[in-house]
Parts: sequence; structure tokens; C-alpha cells
Amino acid sequence: MDDQRSTRQKVLWWVAGAAVVVYALFPVAWIFSLSLKSSADLGNQQFLPTSVVWENYEMILAGDAQSLFLSGLRNSIGVSLIATFIAVVLSTFCAYAIARLDFPGKRVILTTALAVAIFPVISIVTPLFNLWRNIGLYDTWPGLIIPYLSLTLPISIWTLSAFFRQIPWELEQAAQVDGATTWQAFRKVIVPLATPGVFTTAIISFFIAWNDFVYGISLTSTESARPVPAALAFFTGASQFEEPAGAIAAAAVIVTIPVVVLVLLFQRQIVSGLTQGAVKG
Amino acid sequence: MSTTQDVPTGKVTSTAPPAGLSDRARSERRLGWWLAGPAFVVMLLVTAYPIAQAFYESLFKYRLTDPDAREFNGLGNYAVILTDGVWWQAVAVTVLITVITVAVEAVLGFALALVMHRALSVLRPVLRTAILVPYAIITVVSAFAWLYAFDINTGFVNQWFSWLPGISEDTNTFGSFGPSVTVIILSEIWKTTPFISLLLLAGLAQVPEDLQEAAKVDGATWWQRMYKVTIPNMKAAIMVALLFRTLDAFRLFDNVFIMTQGANNTEVVSFLAYRQTISRLEIGLGSAVSVLLFLSVVLISVVFIKLFKVNLASARGEG
Repeated sequence: MDDQRSTRQKVLWWVAGAAVVVYALFPVAWIFSLSLKSSADLGNQQFLPTSVVWENYEMILAGDAQSLFLSGLRNSIGVSLIATFIAVVLSTFCAYAIARLDFPGKRVILTTALAVAIFPVISIVTPLFNLWRNIGLYDTWPGLIIPYLSLTLPISIWTLSAFFRQIPWELEQAAQVDGATTWQAFRKVIVPLATPGVFTTAIISFFIAWNDFVYGISLTSTESARPVPAALAFFTGASQFEEPAGAIAAAAVIVTIPVVVLVLLFQRQIVSGLTQGAVKG
Repeated sequence: MSTTQDVPTGKVTSTAPPAGLSDRARSERRLGWWLAGPAFVVMLLVTAYPIAQAFYESLFKYRLTDPDAREFNGLGNYAVILTDGVWWQAVAVTVLITVITVAVEAVLGFALALVMHRALSVLRPVLRTAILVPYAIITVVSAFAWLYAFDINTGFVNQWFSWLPGISEDTNTFGSFGPSVTVIILSEIWKTTPFISLLLLAGLAQVPEDLQEAAKVDGATWWQRMYKVTIPNMKAAIMVALLFRTLDAFRLFDNVFIMTQGANNTEVVSFLAYRQTISRLEIGLGSAVSVLLFLSVVLISVVFIKLFKVNLASARGEG
């Protein structure tokens, strides 16, 4: 199809493509540029720094803001990974049952997953805030991991069951006919087919947990559990009268790096995971 | 509609009453619930239980700083909220932001999807990667990027656009309602349009190519093909994308928290609930706001599903 297009059309598509890339990356480029400005340079009202300095990164990794940022990073990574892991394990069993087994209530489970996915998060926070204070889960890792499941579990069930529906399960029987044992057939045939779906689901679910702000800001009060997005709201400048913009920008860049790396490596899988979950592509 | 039709194992679906089930079918049912049950129960525990708790607490006059004064208040909290201008102001702002973002995103997302769908094959992975960056980035990071770009001290926007009427080097964007809401909307649009465009891209891929070709042969213009062939054929995808985004926009919180903290009347419903509960420790009132927000979301879903006949099952290829 591509070669039918005239040179003029090709140029137009390149321009359109370039516009999309600029749209997507411009704010990211800006926050990176901001993170390279010295504190005196922050107010230069320009896009680019007058001279590139790394003092903001020093401040959050080794300086005054170190404990706030690094503890936030540790909490974010730990809580998001555990919440993702639990969601993926539970939803793998669930999606397997939905795709493979004949039992009543499948539609109820999928509808519930959808309802939970669109649930207003703040409505969960209000009661949990009070409950967590009473039972000692306020400002702890489990106190975040449990509500994070409301974010990670529905999307995992929804995405994985769409993936699992497309696996040609007959292959398992075919392998058994060819002399493989049940376990061999499962391990050699089904596991390689299912792994990409499970892995993609884990990435998408991690993004959602990593993005959380409402739970992070409401259910924590100290560095012992506060995740990065919430910690960013507590940054202050080097002195009381200075803008914390540089330090916040540097921290923002650091927490964006893992996300960009995952996107670069797995863009194809992420797109298919996102779209299969909602619209069968 | 049987829930078992879409099982791709080629098994004969059993519609017989449970009494007539074979042992095998019965044990399969049991296994199904053993496998799916834990996920289902956990989902209910982390949402249904809190919202029930919120409803219960919304019936009391209860402030954490004064627990002894806790007393049953019936629907009093709801009466207080629904007769207060603060609530209606927050609802109006939330609806305003939701309507504008979803409308702009539908158009922009469709344009992005078209570019990705028709892009030269060498460009496609590049575009996909670029478009996923806003989707995957932390909302708070996006909020800070847009805040600092427009901020009177750190921003470059005033400088760049000082030739426009109304913008000068010392325009305080976050000093009044209109400009603040505009930047909140811009950040929201930037961050969430990619999700819409990916859903629409999947919808575009489902439009039969031969229909397009036939319309082209018949001499239909680009616009005619768009309105008569492409859009009707991807209606399900469009409606699902709009429903998801509307509900997502309605619970907007992060951008408002970071950029304005509700200043200049930019308070949205989620932020109102947060402020009542977490800042003012008014558990009763905060819970009532939460319940009202929840009911609004239910109402929006019902309207979409009944009025626009969004069939979520058919969108998944099940119908």
C-alpha cells in the first residue's frame, strides 16, 4: 500500500508523524530541560537552561532531598511490584478459568472487573482512611498494597482473559495425542503461548500502580510508606523562598526513566494488551 | 445469552439445569470457581466493602478530632452537601472539564489513530512508542510539567506567546479561573488522549478494507467514506473509548491537587471529598461526598449504556 503513494503524500505522512512525536514528547523534553537548570536559572523564562548543571540530581540523590526522594522511590517500587505480582497471580488463575472452563458466573466476574476499574478511587479512600487508622495499616506498605489491588486486579483480569481466549488450547490435546504427558503438554505448549500475555499484563498493571497518587497522598503520612508521586508534592526548595521546581523536575525525570524503558522495549505488546482488553483487535 | 458460547475450546456448551450435570461438568464448575474465586473475592473486598462502609459513615455526624460528638444524622449530611454551593460548584467544574476534555480527546484521538493507522510502515513503531509515553507517564509528573511550563516564575509559555493578546511576561496563569482550568484540561488531554487513540486504532483495524475500496471506486470523497463507512463500522470502539474516558475524567484529582489545590474555584468533586475527609477530618461529610461521586459515576455509566446503547460485551467481540 505504501508504494502506491506519491512523494507528496509520503512527505505529508512524515510531517503528520513528526507532529505526533512532538506532541507526545514535548512536555517530557521540557521537564528534562527544567531539571538541568541551576536554581538561579529556573526563572530564565526560556525553554532551555542557560548552562547545563546536574545540581538538582545531586540534591535528590545525595543532598537535602535525598531521604524524601529515595525513600519514596523505595516505597513506590516495592508497593507497585508487590501489588502487580499479587494481581497477576490471582488474575492468571481467574483468566484461565474464564477462558478454559465451563462454569456459571463468568460474565459476572468480567462485569465486576469492569465496574471496579471505573470506580472512583476517592470513594475507597474515605472509608479506608478511617479504617486503616483504627487497625494500624495507615502509613504502611500493606495499607497501600491492598487498595492498589483495586487498581491492578480488574485491568489484569480483563486483559489476561482477552489474551487467554486467543490461545489455541487444542494444541495441548494435540501434543498429548503425540505422546506428551499432561504436564509436558502444558509446559512445552501452553506456557510459551501464555507467557507473553501474562508479562504484558504485568507491565500495564505496574504502570497503573506506579501512577497512583490518590492512595499515596491520602493513606500515608511519613517516609515509611509514601510513594514518589505523593513525595513530589512535599518537595521544598533549597531555602524556604526558593522554588522546588528543579528538584521536582529531576525526580520526575528519574521516575519516568523506567516507564520509558519499558515502553521502548515492549511497545508492541503494550499496545496489543491495552486494545485487546477493551476492544478485541 | 449464554456465558459459555465464547469458550474457544470447541466444547459442547451445557445449558441443562444443574441437576442434569454430569460429574465431570460439576467438577469443572467447582474448579472454575476455585480458580476464579480468589480474584473475585479480593475485588469485592477492596471496593464493595469500602463503599458500603462509606455509606454507613455518611449517615453520621462525625469528625475525627471530636469522636465523642459522633451521632446518627440520617441523610442530614446529604442535605448539607446538596444545599451547599460548594458541592454544586465542584460538580459544575468537574462536568465542564469532563465535557471539554472528552470532546477534544475524541477528535484529537481519532486524528492520532488515523495517522498511526495510515503511517508509513517504517514510522509505525516509532509513533506507537512515542504515543505510549504520555499514557505511561505518572499523572503527577505531567501535572508538574504543565504547571511549570505556564508558571509565572519558571515558565517559558508567557515568553513564547507574549505576542498574543492577553499574554505578557508577567501573566499569572494560575491567578484566575479560566486560565487555571485551561492548563488543567491541557495536561489531562495530553496525558490521556493516547489511550483513546489506541482504542480507536484497534477499531480502525476492524473496518473492512474492501468496504473502503468499494466506496472509493464508487467515487465517494474522503469525508463521505469517513462518515458513511469508517465511523459507523467502529461505533462500538468509539463508544467504549468515550465511556472509559468520561468516567476517568470525572474522577479527576491529580492535576487539580498539583496545580491549584482547588484555588480560584477550580475544586473538583474528588478534591472536595479529599479535602473534607483527609484535610478537615470530617468523616461523615467526606463519606457522603464519596457516595455521591460514586452514584454520579453509576449514573453516567447507565446513561451511556442505555442511551447510547454501548454494548461492552460486543466491544469485546462476544456479542
